[in-house]
Amino acid sequence: MASDIMASEIIVDPNAVFIAELKECAKLLTEKLQDNKFEEASVLIQAMTQSRDRHIFQTVGKLTRGLHNAIVNFHVDADLTKEPPKIEDSDIHDASTRLGYVIELTQKAAEKTMDMVDEASPIASNLGQEASVLRSEWARLKNREITADEFRELYHRVDSFFEQTSIGSERLNKSLQDIVLEQGFQDLTGQVLKRVIGLINEVEKDLVQLVLMASQVEEITGLAKPEEDEHEMEELIEKRKHEAEGPQINKAKDNVVSGQDEVDDLLSSLGF
Amino acid sequence: MKILIVDDFSTMRRIIKNLLRDLGFSNTHEADDGMTALPMLKSGDFQFLVTDWNMPGMTGIDLLRAVRADEKLATLPVLMVTAEAKRDQIIEAAQAGVNGYVVKPFTAQALKEKIEKIFDRVG
Repeated sequence: MASDIMASEIIVDPNAVFIAELKECAKLLTEKLQDNKFEEASVLIQAMTQSRDRHIFQTVGKLTRGLHNAIVNFHVDADLTKEPPKIEDSDIHDASTRLGYVIELTQKAAEKTMDMVDEASPIASNLGQEASVLRSEWARLKNREITADEFRELYHRVDSFFEQTSIGSERLNKSLQDIVLEQGFQDLTGQVLKRVIGLINEVEKDLVQLVLMASQVEEITGLAKPEEDEHEMEELIEKRKHEAEGPQINKAKDNVVSGQDEVDDLLSSLGF
Repeated sequence: MKILIVDDFSTMRRIIKNLLRDLGFSNTHEADDGMTALPMLKSGDFQFLVTDWNMPGMTGIDLLRAVRADEKLATLPVLMVTAEAKRDQIIEAAQAGVNGYVVKPFTAQALKEKIEKIFDRVG
């Protein structure tokens, strides 16, 4: 959708008009110079420079508008026949909110799950402890090492253990079911993430168009790429190597370790 | 032993806290980035620091450097528990003086091993 609009606004070769103008001027300039009309020639040169500047300004203007549109057009409900909507209403802005929602949701789910585990684990360990005590008492009973008083105590203890087990397992079951239910966050966040991924793909596509467009400007106006740019780029690449970027999705990359074992190997190779 | 856990995600702090408790360390405190952690370290008598790398404000690697540069904290054992898994970063952390490096997601076993190793060496 967005790229169609850009196609009509930007992809028309703006250089063609400028080149035609340039050629025309050049022809006139040669004529004037041959006729020794230097003053008129000088005026022509000035006109050419102005035309070049104008061309650059216009193209940069188109680029800017194209970029603006590319961002704004991600707002699905926008009426494209009207003025472009404000950037604050765009889907890009919306995407940040959505990603914030993903963090919130995953955090809540993680916390709730841990709450459930915190609730469940003492129940499980209490039942386990009681069971092992009863088991050793039961072994004594089987070996007839138990007194009548102890038997009476065991009798009641077994009874209450059954009750504890019944209540406990019910609670454990509930906790487990709650944990399963809580996994619903995967669906919800997955949907949001898919939407954002789609959006990023579209932005990328449009940005590539814009870069193409910009390279045409560089070409026709002879705007040389400053050397500093490349230097800065190298610095940026070097900086990226050390920049924190969160979990590595693609562990097959050369500069990335695939797990704790490789971390340990690397560190021990450094004398750790 | 007094331990400071630094991570911007409260869930991760809680996971590490739980694991440490299972290992018998219950005196744990929390901070959500280097900026809040550093004053806590300077004023409290912490004996061990567990920190994430990627945090807003002040990152874990900067916190590590600040700790090593501080006269009083210079010898504090530091374990980095992070999702950062680039070789250059691990080397950087080693050069900055980290005592252990655990990549997320990690197992309880891995965390336990690294912590024990650090204490064995530090004594």
